[in-house]
Amino acid sequence: MLIAGVGLHPFGRFAGRTATDLGVVAVRAALAEAGITRRDQFQATFCGTAYGGVASGHKVLGALGLTGGPIVDVEAGCASGAAALALGVAAIDSGQADTVLVFGIEKMPKGMIRSSFFEPWREQAGLSATPAYFALRAQRLMRERGVTEDDLAAVVVKNRRNGVGNPDAMFRAEVTAEDVLGSRPVCGPLRLFMLCSPNEGAAAVVLRKGTGGVQLRTAVLRSHLPGNVLGEATPLAGLVDDGDIPSPTTLAADAAYEAAGIGPSDLDLVECQDTDAARELLAYEELRLCPPGDNAALLRDGTVGPGGPLPVNPSGGLLSKGEPLGASALGQVVELVRQLRGDAGARQVPGARIGLAHTVGRGANASVTIVSG
Amino acid sequence: MSDLLRDDAGTAVLLGSSCGGCGRPSFPRSDVCCWCGRPDPDPVELSTTGTLWGWAVVHSAPPGYAGPVPYGMGVVELPEGLRVVSRIDVADEAALTQGRPVRLVVVELPTGDPEDPVLRTWEAAPC
Repeated sequence: MLIAGVGLHPFGRFAGRTATDLGVVAVRAALAEAGITRRDQFQATFCGTAYGGVASGHKVLGALGLTGGPIVDVEAGCASGAAALALGVAAIDSGQADTVLVFGIEKMPKGMIRSSFFEPWREQAGLSATPAYFALRAQRLMRERGVTEDDLAAVVVKNRRNGVGNPDAMFRAEVTAEDVLGSRPVCGPLRLFMLCSPNEGAAAVVLRKGTGGVQLRTAVLRSHLPGNVLGEATPLAGLVDDGDIPSPTTLAADAAYEAAGIGPSDLDLVECQDTDAARELLAYEELRLCPPGDNAALLRDGTVGPGGPLPVNPSGGLLSKGEPLGASALGQVVELVRQLRGDAGARQVPGARIGLAHTVGRGANASVTIVSG
Repeated sequence: MSDLLRDDAGTAVLLGSSCGGCGRPSFPRSDVCCWCGRPDPDPVELSTTGTLWGWAVVHSAPPGYAGPVPYGMGVVELPEGLRVVSRIDVADEAALTQGRPVRLVVVELPTGDPEDPVLRTWEAAPC
């Protein structure tokens, strides 16, 4: 399946611009690349958003005079954009559509994310503190996988260095390990610079049946299995004996590798969910980029750094870009397409042919998308 | 909250289930085993003591929370083989160690809701 066009509104904070305004910029750019000027040139639209509210997708297409076809808003937490993409793929695979518009938009409230996922009592009990869950997961990775605070800092240094080359990122200044380890403690061991910022942005992709160009090989969405108390499903309880329960990310990755007919060793670059520094290190093993326990080694030996054999988050990741929930997964896909076209400028991964994008969040929902070009 | 715990003179007895099929415990209580899907697991009262597995200190109030800050939050391992998310009554990361014995106690928190001003919930206290 051809990715016929991509578009992005930079990620950041944009006072005075609505989520619709951001969406219009991204959608217009993607449609222009795909050569679409009329409403009869695409047969369905899927809009990923978690906080956008009723008829978010309709507002964007209404502003562009392109309503008339089916428009469906899709919420899947941090994977909302990826879920919209999976539905777009299904619409084409089923024969219902030849061309589909998929986009994601978000204007996140500032500060700690409030989610209607948590019942009022759980908020009142203090058990909805998202950074604390991230911290508990980071602690477990340190205990069981030998990850150190220096490794957590090194993830941030790597991604922020990558972000310098990304004009669409929110943070474009390098930081040192000392800067990271000297930033304000949020929840031990996580410090302010180790957490991504919820923000605003939009991304769009046009899918079309056909060959040539950059191909979408597969877009897989999976949910969690019960058992892991620290999984993104954020249950009240899990099992002590949870070692054999695959994470939603691993479920999605295994299905995606099988569907694409490739393995992790075939990848040239990865964009993964670095909501916090530890989350990226956990993704390495969940995506089977390394055996469990080699997480930090992949970082320390330069494998995932710029110029390494498998760069991870060459865009700068969410740590540089920030995270507009509905848009972030599609932002990763836009980045992969630009890399595979050789259009990534200063952050170009030389000779990139196969890329993987990964998101995971509330639900739990995890997505793995593989593109090749 | 009455469906989550029983207040036994200040001790928080969490109300869970135990599945007659897969044998696994669960919390909170439900009509279907959350692990294997078998209906009607047996209602059980979970252990009121366990060990600390993970902990963090929350320095600023998350949305919807009107209680004191900083406060501790973490995960307690119960002998039934369950890990339960819990407040912790120690707000100092350096003062806690993994495996430390804890007991579950009832705590009252302000809700900020004039119609229902107090939440009774559980927290872990070092033994």
